[in-house]
Amino acid sequence: MLDVVKLNKVYVVGLFKRKYIHAVVDVSFKIREGELVSLVGESGSGKTTTARMILRLLRPTSGKIFFEGKDVWQLSKKEEIKDFYRKVHGIFQDPYASYNPLYRVDRILYQAFNLFDRELDDKEKEELVKESLKAVGLNPDEILGKYPHELSGGQRQRLMIARCYMLKPKLIIADEPTSMIDASSRAGIIQLLNSLRDNYKTSVLFITHDLGLAYYVSDRIMIMYRGRIIEEGEPDEILSHPQHEYTKMLVRSAPLLYRKWEDFV
Amino acid sequence: MSTLLTVRDLRAYYIISKNIAVRAVDGVNLDIMMDEVLGVVGESGCGKTTLANTIIMNIRPPLHIIGGDVVIEGRNITRMRREELREKVWGRLISIIPQSALNSLPPVKRIGDFMFDVMRYRLGVKDKRKALELARQRLEDVKLPPETLGMYPHELSGGMKQRVVIAIATLLEPRLLIADEPTSALDVSTQKVILRILLELKRRRILRSILFITHDIAILRQIADRIAVMYAGKVIEVGSMEEILDNPLHPYTKALINSVITPEPEIRRRGLSYIPGRPPSLIRPPPGCRFHPRCSYAMRICQQREPPLCEVKEGHWVACHLYLEESNRG
Repeated sequence: MLDVVKLNKVYVVGLFKRKYIHAVVDVSFKIREGELVSLVGESGSGKTTTARMILRLLRPTSGKIFFEGKDVWQLSKKEEIKDFYRKVHGIFQDPYASYNPLYRVDRILYQAFNLFDRELDDKEKEELVKESLKAVGLNPDEILGKYPHELSGGQRQRLMIARCYMLKPKLIIADEPTSMIDASSRAGIIQLLNSLRDNYKTSVLFITHDLGLAYYVSDRIMIMYRGRIIEEGEPDEILSHPQHEYTKMLVRSAPLLYRKWEDFV
Repeated sequence: MSTLLTVRDLRAYYIISKNIAVRAVDGVNLDIMMDEVLGVVGESGCGKTTLANTIIMNIRPPLHIIGGDVVIEGRNITRMRREELREKVWGRLISIIPQSALNSLPPVKRIGDFMFDVMRYRLGVKDKRKALELARQRLEDVKLPPETLGMYPHELSGGMKQRVVIAIATLLEPRLLIADEPTSALDVSTQKVILRILLELKRRRILRSILFITHDIAILRQIADRIAVMYAGKVIEVGSMEEILDNPLHPYTKALINSVITPEPEIRRRGLSYIPGRPPSLIRPPPGCRFHPRCSYAMRICQQREPPLCEVKEGHWVACHLYLEESNRG
């Protein structure tokens, strides 16, 4: 489904004295159909840079990204690009930033119809919008016609996922989708991503700094540190037998609910 | 254990206009014991930060104290004027690490100069040599080298900046330190370092008690002796950390605990739940129990009468009609 090969991103900073910052270094991984893979790292580890390159928002310095066998940075025809964005959907940390505050939230859902292959009539559109809102646990009567600031963070993020239900993408790149949302609604967002995966075999690249979250949702976890993927494995394996020193530190530092930190007095 | 600070029926509202008030702290009762870490947990917008600001009497319009008392060591500080608070309370009895303080250090001032400013103008330490000695000492206590004094905030990492903030807040060895989400902007590895420093300052009695405000119960599991759960401007459950986690009573507390995710096998077994709906408006909160519109156990009385915070077991207090009836029957 998604095949990332030797991806690199180097930023050049400074006007006179040049400095090179290697944000992403030789990152390679694959995501299969219906697989939920987490990319875990602390701030500045290069996880968001990786996501942005996959979503064609940031050009890699070197390396290739293949989606359904096609190099995503070689797509040239308008139709191909449209097809790519129909099949690959990004969900971001701050759902507010995805909206234009001047327009009602309906717009972001109706804009999704531009990516459809066939033209739907107004009735069909309205029905699909309502159906998708219900699928993510939102009441269409309460949501439609509202402006972004009138909704809570959780509702805004659900709305982004409602868009996924309309498009039924093959791959979702979710970059810290719950980090600005209260714990009480976080679980709802996670369950929605899970049900998309279960019902439509959607693949998900879940980017987070939260090892607990990654442990809970993932089929596979990749640990990123200073631009590199330093460890990869099944959640239970990573947790019980971390290999890399950095992974060990992450496992030791995560807050726990059922036990106290052993090395903490 | 003796009581350090008592909060009685405290009400603090943001007065927006003649008829509109946001009732962010609305009848809070809470005791903070000497030498304890008391955790306050709740979702965003439940009034945690306003409670912190009110306990330290950092009251600026539109926030107003509507009623209630805050008493520390026998002194009612709600009646004190600003000058008196500055002289006797701030920095000495109570200190605060405000939310996102680490990003509020003045960018063009050296850490040392800022620390001297704080001591001179806010804490009344006029003697320069004494100020320097104090600054050095406290930086050492938070594991920062003395060279930090000559550095600018941008030269420090997030964790180092937060340690500077802790050093400043504890210069005069306050009895109570209020820490408002002190680690939520930091990576987990740094978070643990900060928590360790706070507990060490407490063990060395540079400070005595900590009021730790957070949205993350798992952090409280690691550091708190007792937990107070806030919902919609009220404290709805209080008890020892073990008691609250093992035997939560309020439906909101139960739901909050079940929405926590940590890297532990128990979480996968237990599954994940969430609370439907959203927290109520604090301008026009629902009548009766404020949680009733989201509560799956809601009875008729929950819509009509507000449940008082009652002690249902020694040291375990809850504001919920489910238990109120039981204790009345018993």
